[in-house]
Amino acid sequence: MSAATKKTDDQQLNRRSFLRVSATAAGGLLLALTLDLPATAQEGGPPNPQQKNYPPDAFVHVRPDGRVIIQVNRLEFGQGVQTALPMILADELDADWSQVVAELAPAADIYKDPVFGIQMVGGSGSIAHSFQQYRELGAKTRAMLVATAAKRWNVAPDQCRTEQSVVHGPNGQSFKYSELAIDASRQPVPATVRLKNPSEFRLVGKKVRRLDSRPKCDGSLKFGLDLDLPGMKVAVVAHPPVFGAKVRSFDDHQARATEGVRDVFEIPVTRGGTGVAIVADKFWTAKRARDLLKIEWDFNGVERADSSELRERYKQLARTAGLKSVARGDAKAIEGIAASNLIVAEYEFQYLPHAPMEPLNTTVRVDGDRAEAWAGSQFQTFDQMAIAEVLGLKPEQVTFHTEMAGGGFGRRAVTDSHVQREAAQIARRLRGTPVKLIWTREDDIRGGYYRPMHVHRVEVGIGADGMPSAWRHVIVGQSLLAGTPFAMMMKDGVDNSSVEGVSDTHYNIPNFNVSVHHPAVNVPVLWWRSVGHTHSAYVMETLIDELAARAKTDPIAYRRKLLKPEAKKLLAALDLLEAKSAAWRRKLPKGHAAGISCHESFGTGVACAVDVSIENKRPKIHRVTVAVDCGIAVNPLTVESQFQAGVGFGLSQLMAKGAITLHDGLVEQRNFDGYVPPYMPDAPVAVDVHIVPSAEAPSGCGEPPVPVISPAVVNALARLTGKRYRSLPLVTVQAD
Amino acid sequence: MAKYQLNINGQRKEVSVDPSTPLLWVLREDLKMTGTKYGCGVSACGACTVHVAGVATRSCMLPISLLGDRPVVTIEAMKDDPVGRVVQDAWVEQDVVQCGYCQSGQIMTAVALLKHTPRPTDTNIDESMGGNICRCATYVRIREAIKVASQKLK
Repeated sequence: MSAATKKTDDQQLNRRSFLRVSATAAGGLLLALTLDLPATAQEGGPPNPQQKNYPPDAFVHVRPDGRVIIQVNRLEFGQGVQTALPMILADELDADWSQVVAELAPAADIYKDPVFGIQMVGGSGSIAHSFQQYRELGAKTRAMLVATAAKRWNVAPDQCRTEQSVVHGPNGQSFKYSELAIDASRQPVPATVRLKNPSEFRLVGKKVRRLDSRPKCDGSLKFGLDLDLPGMKVAVVAHPPVFGAKVRSFDDHQARATEGVRDVFEIPVTRGGTGVAIVADKFWTAKRARDLLKIEWDFNGVERADSSELRERYKQLARTAGLKSVARGDAKAIEGIAASNLIVAEYEFQYLPHAPMEPLNTTVRVDGDRAEAWAGSQFQTFDQMAIAEVLGLKPEQVTFHTEMAGGGFGRRAVTDSHVQREAAQIARRLRGTPVKLIWTREDDIRGGYYRPMHVHRVEVGIGADGMPSAWRHVIVGQSLLAGTPFAMMMKDGVDNSSVEGVSDTHYNIPNFNVSVHHPAVNVPVLWWRSVGHTHSAYVMETLIDELAARAKTDPIAYRRKLLKPEAKKLLAALDLLEAKSAAWRRKLPKGHAAGISCHESFGTGVACAVDVSIENKRPKIHRVTVAVDCGIAVNPLTVESQFQAGVGFGLSQLMAKGAITLHDGLVEQRNFDGYVPPYMPDAPVAVDVHIVPSAEAPSGCGEPPVPVISPAVVNALARLTGKRYRSLPLVTVQAD
Repeated sequence: MAKYQLNINGQRKEVSVDPSTPLLWVLREDLKMTGTKYGCGVSACGACTVHVAGVATRSCMLPISLLGDRPVVTIEAMKDDPVGRVVQDAWVEQDVVQCGYCQSGQIMTAVALLKHTPRPTDTNIDESMGGNICRCATYVRIREAIKVASQKLK
């Protein structure tokens, strides 16, 4: 979704924001930021919900008991934003960190992403987009507390200083924030406020442990799936085996005879299909009853996608020019290159499921003209609207609670909100009763919304200096944006999320031509952590590595030479990587090789070195060194964690069974036995992360770890086996 | 439906459920102990790991009718377990968790490992922890936290 960032950057400048303040029933200072957003409806996008009337519409609440409650305008699903955003606010507020409590905000206009204009997590934008917003909120709240104290002491506010939730006056006086909170709520909100210089930060830039660790370690934290409401029922849905197929008839005799089953009925599901919902007192009852359903499916008019057929079709398409993405220099230059100076490379990437650990779920209760919903959602705005639409309500009639989510990686950012629509369809039938819809792991693995399959065909002409002189690149893959509210971001039919990482490469290639085909296929697709960079970085970084090897040049030196001087973050990351990895790369044990890659995504430059050997025909990753330029690292501990683990996540597509395949319309994998993500022995044994010191605005760290790891690993394998790996997943690895 | 007398975290509990119901769902829905997680239902991810008679066990595929009188210990009891508490503290100190959903199962598996092998090697860790998926892939820090806990248990 990096394209969305570009589109809306300009809008942000036109946006006015203002603060409101109110005293609360609980007492204390409660500050709410309201953004005056342009109506996206005018741009062809989804209409904004009406002006909110959802409590609580606040970001920070300084309570008389000393606690500081900070609302987080994002989903927390591992990325650490529930700690980092409060750090930013608390730093400017000079709050006592031990008193800070973070809460996930419900769906409401005020919690929309200041850049994207909807409430969401994506595009690695949580910190990048809300850094300034949370700083201002903290600084303005602090100013109001200081003004209150100054008035009581009859001194000027600038004679006061603040520290650890205390205002200190010029003559040794002091007030705790808790003693000022109620009076401060009567202060006007300052229009402007001085923000700290980075040198004054007390929390930002420090390693701060997560606020949610303990409850995630003792089993007490409630995820969406753990929700338990009085009288709640549980639902599962029998989904069609082929996307878009419909129920022709079903026999629910045995299912209904199962003790504890409350209802069985047909509901619409995604892609125009239908399914059968089972509502029971408990999950196991519902699941057993689903197994007893006898359903006749109607496949009429439904395309049965098939991976091997798609592969052939995509490879044919890749031999023809697609829609123009980039045409720089001489388009014909490639045709004049002698075969001996030409690399022609075809790459294949399969569908990938996100498979977050917490299976998808949503709870809905419908009460007359109101409804309440609970979901771990990356797209609160869309999900709330979808539930409202199904129920014939307005979005503001649906109270939408953001539940802590067990991973997501993009899977909870679905523009058609298909899980929430199913939940609303079911809850509508059981008015007054809360119903928790659970997607089983099988529903998840077979349920679509995958990273799309892709084929890349690249012709690279090599100049006399060993550098690429001409580059023709054709990409084939389904568009993520076509047919969604984001389709307006496509330009001349090109979905940037398919070509990002290639089209915007920082390598200086004079004759550079990129085009794309977007075939329509009956498989729902979705952004998967780092989106287009999942495949584009693999292609670019393996080819650059091959070029470096042909030029007999050190892979870091080659990249440095080929990068444009303005690629400052990548160059800084490569320099740091060289400094931190040179020693171990020179002393590798026999049978080990080093692999290098670098890639910029979501504004963050990353360089990576891996130490790999081959064990049991699989890559064994002994060590990874990562260098990162992400601007100011708000919480370096989180940045380190995101990179240490994010490279492990990025290995998913290298796993021997790391793919979804379809045959005759049916998904061939069902669970973690058929689709196998990385386990501990597949992950690196050690990952050291080094952050480039920076005073630049922060950029994202959720997605940028993912693209670099797979190319670095196969670049190392190429040194061990002499082979280039262009088709994923990586089934077996061995030297000839 | 059938009645079962259970020993959960040292307490006697009685439930009335279908005999095929896995221990996981008895814990989560009948006993309202949601610290044990559903991840796959086929013993492939380890999110549902509990200790049954002291052995790390996948509760998602253990029908309640086959539990017998074996005692069950869950993540909820770890804060009062001498090894469990040390492991949880090591997890917090090392800032292991990300989404956190798999960590109950990771911790239950790690506690079983450390009770059996107080000074595990990397290979011991790979073998014991190798059936637990962390989709965030926090494996590097899980490994470190196990080593930290092992040191503290000396």
